[in-house]
Amino acid sequence: MEWTPIWLSLKLAACTTLILFLIGIPLAYWLSRRHSLAKVVIEAMLTMPLVLPPSVLGFYLLLTFSPNSLLGSWLHTHFNISLVFSFEGLVVASVIYSLPFMVSPVKSALAHLPVSLAEASYTMGKSKLETFYSIQLPNIKSSLWTATVLTFAHTLGEFGVVLMIGGKLDGVTKVASIAIYDAVDNNQYHEANLYSLVLFAITFVIVILVFIFNRNSARGPLE
Amino acid sequence: MIEASIYKKIKTYKGNSQLIVDAQFPAGSITRLYGSSGSGKTTFLKILAGLITPEKGEIHVKGVCWLDTHKKINWKPQQRRVGFVFQDYALFPNMTVQAHLAYATTDQQLIERLLLIGKMESFRQHKPAHLSGGQQQRLAILRAMALRPELLILDEAFSALDDDLREALIIELKIILKEFRTTTIIVSHHLQETAGFAERTLQIEQEH
Repeated sequence: MEWTPIWLSLKLAACTTLILFLIGIPLAYWLSRRHSLAKVVIEAMLTMPLVLPPSVLGFYLLLTFSPNSLLGSWLHTHFNISLVFSFEGLVVASVIYSLPFMVSPVKSALAHLPVSLAEASYTMGKSKLETFYSIQLPNIKSSLWTATVLTFAHTLGEFGVVLMIGGKLDGVTKVASIAIYDAVDNNQYHEANLYSLVLFAITFVIVILVFIFNRNSARGPLE
Repeated sequence: MIEASIYKKIKTYKGNSQLIVDAQFPAGSITRLYGSSGSGKTTFLKILAGLITPEKGEIHVKGVCWLDTHKKINWKPQQRRVGFVFQDYALFPNMTVQAHLAYATTDQQLIERLLLIGKMESFRQHKPAHLSGGQQQRLAILRAMALRPELLILDEAFSALDDDLREALIIELKIILKEFRTTTIIVSHHLQETAGFAERTLQIEQEH
């Protein structure tokens, strides 16, 4: 068994989770505040990856990023970037695919915090940003853990989108889930089993860690 | 002197109504605010604190304009220095008693004095989840006082305190309020609850 696909999967999950942590939390904060029709439409679009077959999403991403498309050719001409069949393309696709896993739990937790917490902070002279970092974020810690782990684990097990946008280039886009499929396709069940066991073990350890970190939370770690 | 003239539309389960308040609060005075449930007491207090903006209105504090909807003046809550004790206390679950006060002020002497007044010295490292209802309410009052507020708003802030504790807190609070020259408005449904504390009353009712 080669370890490169496992390493690639972990790298992809780490990059995706980090990017989503940075963009998903401000997005969740924005969505958790006053409702408007525009926000409903945006939230519906962000939730689409949850219900859309991964192959459909992967197909449209492939069309969007292909060198023949407007965006693909613009990226290639101006930045010499090709997102199709590249690791960078996998990261972009994973960020889109896993976005709801980061945004939904954080948005829900922020929306359930009593409004008076932020109001009390404002009356004490604290800005919205200070209030967000000192009051709101620390009080949704368990949801932040949940969102981070769900995003990481979901990206780790990604298959359809990854296959469509990245193919199965050795050492570049052939992540563990593709390696399992490839091994089964070539009747190498022993190798497929080894990859599966490693993925199972990694995911299990992550979930256990979340339960340990959130053991004092009133809610269950995955609520 | 705090002068407030407010007009705010309110939606209730009975339909639309309006909150109209025209009131003056002498500097350093303590006013008991009362009215039926849903009459708009909390809305009025939040307007004073800058947390809600009315359709029309003016608020002047010691000659300084905090709000004038006509002139489009509206100070943010951060600029008004209003100590607000919320009905649900709004304590921060992630902070200890000491951290709550330190969030409001850097004056260590004031923090120690407030802890003494509220009989909270031995609970300084406790988080709200490990405090009784009465202790939580005291902490909310102390946190509001830590701001040295121009205006102190107490939204049913004595309801969880027993008689002895309330009387002792009232005596200490009156001293510190006088020292800070803070004007106070307290919402209470029970006249007895604010006996010996509030010297004026103001009734609030919605107009349909």
